[in-house]
Amino acid sequence: MSTRATFLARRVVQAAMVVVGVVFLSFFLVRLAPGDAAMAIAGETGYSDPQYVADLRREFGLDKPVLTQFGIYLSKVAVGDLGFSYQKRQPVYDLIMERLPATLLLAGVVIVVSLIIGIFVGAVSAKYAGRFVDGVLRIFLMAFYAMPSYWLGLVLVLMFSVHLGWLPAFGIETMGGDPAPMARALDIGRHLVLPALTLGLFFAAIYARLTRAAMLEVVNLDFVRTARAKGISETRLFIRHVLRNALIPVVTYAGLQTSALVGGTVLVETVFSWPGIGRLAYDALIARDNNLLIGIFIFTSVLVVIFNLVTDLLYVVLDPRMELGK
Amino acid sequence: MELTRSLTTRRGFLQSVGGAAALAATAGYPEWVFAQTRSGVLNAMLNVEPATLNYALLNTSVIQSVCGSINESLLLFDWQLKPQPNLARSFSVSPDGLVYTFELEPDVKWHDGKPFTSKDVVFTCAKMLRELNPRSRAAMDRCESITAEGDHKVVFKLKEPFNAFILAFMASTGPMMPAHIYEGTDFRNNPANTAPIGTGPFKFAQWSKGNFIKLVRNENYWRKGQPYLDEVTFRIIASAEQRAVALETGAVDMAFGDDLDPIDVPRFRDSPGLVMVQNAYDAVGEITLMEINQRTAPFNDRRFRAAIMHAMDRNFLVDQLNFGMGRVADSPIFSTVPYYDPKVLTQYEYSPAKAKALLDDMGLKPGAGGVRHKFSVLMLPNQDGPWRRAGEYSKQALADVGLDVELQSTDVATFYKRNGDWDYDVMWNSYGQFGDPAIGMSRFFLSNNIRKGVPQTNTQGYVNPKVDELLQKGATAVKREDAQAAYSELQKILTEDVAMLWMYERRKPLFHAKKFKDVVLGPNGPCDGFGAAKPA
Repeated sequence: MSTRATFLARRVVQAAMVVVGVVFLSFFLVRLAPGDAAMAIAGETGYSDPQYVADLRREFGLDKPVLTQFGIYLSKVAVGDLGFSYQKRQPVYDLIMERLPATLLLAGVVIVVSLIIGIFVGAVSAKYAGRFVDGVLRIFLMAFYAMPSYWLGLVLVLMFSVHLGWLPAFGIETMGGDPAPMARALDIGRHLVLPALTLGLFFAAIYARLTRAAMLEVVNLDFVRTARAKGISETRLFIRHVLRNALIPVVTYAGLQTSALVGGTVLVETVFSWPGIGRLAYDALIARDNNLLIGIFIFTSVLVVIFNLVTDLLYVVLDPRMELGK
Repeated sequence: MELTRSLTTRRGFLQSVGGAAALAATAGYPEWVFAQTRSGVLNAMLNVEPATLNYALLNTSVIQSVCGSINESLLLFDWQLKPQPNLARSFSVSPDGLVYTFELEPDVKWHDGKPFTSKDVVFTCAKMLRELNPRSRAAMDRCESITAEGDHKVVFKLKEPFNAFILAFMASTGPMMPAHIYEGTDFRNNPANTAPIGTGPFKFAQWSKGNFIKLVRNENYWRKGQPYLDEVTFRIIASAEQRAVALETGAVDMAFGDDLDPIDVPRFRDSPGLVMVQNAYDAVGEITLMEINQRTAPFNDRRFRAAIMHAMDRNFLVDQLNFGMGRVADSPIFSTVPYYDPKVLTQYEYSPAKAKALLDDMGLKPGAGGVRHKFSVLMLPNQDGPWRRAGEYSKQALADVGLDVELQSTDVATFYKRNGDWDYDVMWNSYGQFGDPAIGMSRFFLSNNIRKGVPQTNTQGYVNPKVDELLQKGATAVKREDAQAAYSELQKILTEDVAMLWMYERRKPLFHAKKFKDVVLGPNGPCDGFGAAKPA
């Protein structure tokens, strides 16, 4: 077996173990809290009787011992069935799939835009380290890094939606908008700007700081001096050698953040009423819709594993000296 | 129909209203009504995505707001909570109060073109609502039989008189469901639960999950000339701040009662482009209160409960924390609900001195740090907003009389678990009356409704045989004056006893853009649908 195949096989086994761990932990952790979906629904309807609570428990299988519930759940998950949402009474998988595109769109745009902005700003900052430009950029970076995204989101809404009226404040598209593909894409794009900025500015600040720090470290290494001695142009040196070598920590962090973003957009999705997985998870948590919540945990954990695997592979592309699995 | 029957009895009153309603329904509409412009889109919003659009399965306020335009009830209720015709063109009640007969509108069709008949009514009331909906079940379980007589007549025979029975046909409690869609199926998982079929003025068109729900005009609506609007849409906006922005920027035309934090109400109330309707939820009649677990000392002492009432400035709760959106609650019965009797109530004005005197009298003298007693108060789980502020105020107000409160906050499921398991000292809560004390109030004081593990019951453990007797008498009285007498005495006893800590009546404001009119036509608000809404 080749090194790459061994590496992949080992990571798949590790991934499976991670997912099993997530199933086990999430199933029991969410049950540690008092109350359940039956109680949430019975209370929410404003009127309850013993039959109503008993019917709900029976329907959701909550009347069975916890270990029996776990056995049933595990047997379903083993064949790819994430179960039924207690509250929405629809298959969990379908619910996740309905919301996944919105989250992937948001997360994808945030990652790409924040990486481009972050790396560019970080490189400029490193290039002019200690000078006026660097100082100004670092103030902005610190500000965007420190601002709570919830607050920043509201400020952006106030500025661009309420006062200027330039951008929509919520949702993914205009109800009853033009259904033509290009018009619809533009409409979604306009809705995407504020949530993407809210999340993206934070990540761009991180990437810029990481890029700057890594580049300032790399620029003093021997191979840079050697390259310069060989007469390579400053631009080429900066981009091909310094920046490329400085990107390792940025890629590591971006890999981790990408996976975290898929399940971690709760706040921004709530602020902007973005119909993604983050909001679905929030609703599930409030309703104690355990099947849906655990389904989202499992789903996002699989994505985390996949993104981590991709990150590992990217290391090798960026730095061929690194070997797979080491 | 006996229009000359005396109005002095509840039975006569109900029969007369039914008769008048029948006349109104058959009299026809003037021509100008049909000449009204039929166009426009009403954009509303929802603060959470509905779990389902099966009105019978789950009737939370959000689901009611959407389904009220899709599914209809047999009756509507006017501002005085008097029944008016809807799918039932008339109804009558037998002199002994045991038989309710409904004559149905003959030309009503479901959105899929099938006729609406008495079979649907029997199925809905005898089977579907009875199985799924606890509030409906409480009424329908009182029936000996529910039978169809022909296609357009339904007869309900009760085991014993129940004078609140007619309220079971209000939209929020008794939405009519299509038998041909649901009969013989698993009601809870029927595909129509996400694409509902009703008889209402608007038809379900689209549900973009997490995003919006769209209803379109029902061209074959049975009520001539309605609906006026082309569409009603509901944008799902989870954040309170964003809902305020949506209303402010005109992105939506309407905010339902729970959509806005009261802190935003004053500026919207003064907005020239908006209309505020403050009684759109009077049929629910929500009282925000504190429940007190009366199983142990000192909570089982009337003086302790009275001390808390005196220590709380309830005018402050209404005027400052709710910006005037309410009224101090002084009775277990909401002030616009029948049988509210202000003459018999024991009042508890804001008086820390009286509170201290009562606590002194109990022997609860100030100890170290001036603390007389420590206990916990569980707050309502709505994150921020008026309930959290009320919880925080209660800690401050009670500290002033030497009561050291530990505020506890939980999520929804834990809150109701603790409520049902009686796992609290004092807890904030908010209850609906649903138009009659026999429906919305009695459940909290009947000793046979102390049921561990079930929220929204008599979780306080309040037991008073006289109260049990009066609640039974009030609910089953055939004559209105007999019911009033029972409920008046009941209010006297409960307020003397401080059987619960009633804080304020919540008057949730509904806002809509001035460019629309006739948006809300009764105290059931959005539950009655937007068939009459039109451009102003």
